[in-house]
Amino acid sequence: MDEEDDGVIRTRGLTKRYRGGQLAVDGLDLTVPAGSVFGFLGPNGSGKTTTIRMLMGLVEPTSGTARVLGHPMPRSSRAVLPRVGALIEGPALYGFLTGRDNLLRYDAADPTADPRTRRTRVAAALERVGLTAAAGKKVKAYSLGMRQRLGLAAALLQPRDLLVLDEPTNGLDPQGMREIRSLVRELASDGTTVFLSSHLLDEIEQVCTHAAVMARGRLIAQGAVAELTAGARGRLVVTTPDTGEAARVLKEQGAGDVVVDEDRVTGEPPERDLAEVNAALVAAGVRVRGFGLERASLEDAFVALTGEGFDVAG
Amino acid sequence: MSRAETAVRSPRPLRTLGLLRSELTTTFRRWRTLALLGVLAAVPVLIGAAVRIETSDGSPAGPGDGGEGPAFVAQITNNGLFLVFTALAVTLPFFLPMAVGVIAGDAIAGEAHAGTLRYLLVAPAGRTRLLLTKYAATVAFCLAATFVVAVSALAVGALLFPLGDLTTISGTRIGFTEGLGRALLIALVVALSLTGLAALGLFVSTLTNSGIAAMAATVGLLITVQILDQIPQLHAVQPYLFSHYWLSFADLVRDPVHWDDLVRNLQVQALYTAVFGSAAWARFTTKDITA
Repeated sequence: MDEEDDGVIRTRGLTKRYRGGQLAVDGLDLTVPAGSVFGFLGPNGSGKTTTIRMLMGLVEPTSGTARVLGHPMPRSSRAVLPRVGALIEGPALYGFLTGRDNLLRYDAADPTADPRTRRTRVAAALERVGLTAAAGKKVKAYSLGMRQRLGLAAALLQPRDLLVLDEPTNGLDPQGMREIRSLVRELASDGTTVFLSSHLLDEIEQVCTHAAVMARGRLIAQGAVAELTAGARGRLVVTTPDTGEAARVLKEQGAGDVVVDEDRVTGEPPERDLAEVNAALVAAGVRVRGFGLERASLEDAFVALTGEGFDVAG
Repeated sequence: MSRAETAVRSPRPLRTLGLLRSELTTTFRRWRTLALLGVLAAVPVLIGAAVRIETSDGSPAGPGDGGEGPAFVAQITNNGLFLVFTALAVTLPFFLPMAVGVIAGDAIAGEAHAGTLRYLLVAPAGRTRLLLTKYAATVAFCLAATFVVAVSALAVGALLFPLGDLTTISGTRIGFTEGLGRALLIALVVALSLTGLAALGLFVSTLTNSGIAAMAATVGLLITVQILDQIPQLHAVQPYLFSHYWLSFADLVRDPVHWDDLVRNLQVQALYTAVFGSAAWARFTTKDITA
């Protein structure tokens, strides 16, 4: 299928300037490979939500193109969207309807959904997110976490080729977060491509195979998570009681940005063989308790890319 | 897994109606809708009780001091069927259109405010389909609201006053069954009288993300138009106001029926539906959904 080569999502020069001149998304070239769990990162106001809305046909791009499942959006909404489950900027539900009736309504809105299997599919979706017991309750009595689960259930009413999940673990307790993560993994192993936006970097790191980083409307990096973190170099960590001497030797050996923190001395690893660095430490009489390279986290990669911290405020 | 399975699913014309059914059950299950209908049902009860109390000493219904009461009110004591006409004449200028303004104004803007609009559209409901469904549901509400008034009035009329042959405005007498048929026709005409306002309210509803603002604006327009219709200097534009021919339904109680104003009323409603329906469509199908 063309979407396999093309990427499940592929945008070229995608740009949105809102009335009033605010440039929300600026020349985005995004490619989401089929079968990936794709993390979409960026601080608030970086254009993630506008991008997702353009992909879902809710917002018309000012220029550029977006293809989803191989079809142009928003022109092919009717063909594409039945194959896409989406959770956009949190769940939106009818408070005066029960959880079950909310799902029945959203399912009825899809003209490709079979009304004969509607009740069964709604029950299965409720079961999948653990809401069967609360299905008959009015949604206005639901907690934030239950609403989030119901929003997810709406995205799972049909077998989907693509799931777009914007902050899916928002409002969930740690147990709920774990459940959602394992649900995402399960869906991905079924072959569904998952496009996951989150401000929780370790969450992205735990479940995603690929990621893209946005800042101020522009895409600043995308690729496999392993490649992204490889770009940001890890740090050399030496644990020792002789921190002063160790720091001196590390600098001498070419380590940059050497920092002493209690009994740990860390620095950017020098280009030379680390075994020689260790030998030099021992030769200088530094008593080494631990010596190793700490793998760069996605957060390090993010900071390296954006030159700023991640806005965790949500 | 399901790649092949999902690829073969395609829209079926009949399944399109599933959304309308969902819209109707959602609308008529809301407390707000039921409250509006409850208020409308209470109006004939109030009129009937007032006329009954006022005439219990044998004096004629309607003000004896030469003032004018609502249309047909003087006839109610002779024939309970006239309560249907009176109740519709009383509710048509304000109560009924206000209720329609609430439902129509909230149609799109209310969904936008709750955020449910974005999920309906990615379902994908389709913008044109959703708009048509909303208009159809609003028209269904026009019918329901009118029939609630009519049925409540008929029940109260039958309970408090005698029923039987009725005297038309022209002075001729028609049988009770035919009178009932005329009442049914009048209810239908009154409901259709509201469709122009329904289209106007739907258009207003596509302009904002606040259901309250859209409802208020629609009801505000209704009041403005009702006032404009009272200013004699504006008689040149008055035939184009959606409420100008509303009370023409009384012509159905003539014998023979005077069709001129009835037809003009329906033409004005069709015109408003076409103009504001198109405007709503043009606006809604090109709008960025950011709520």
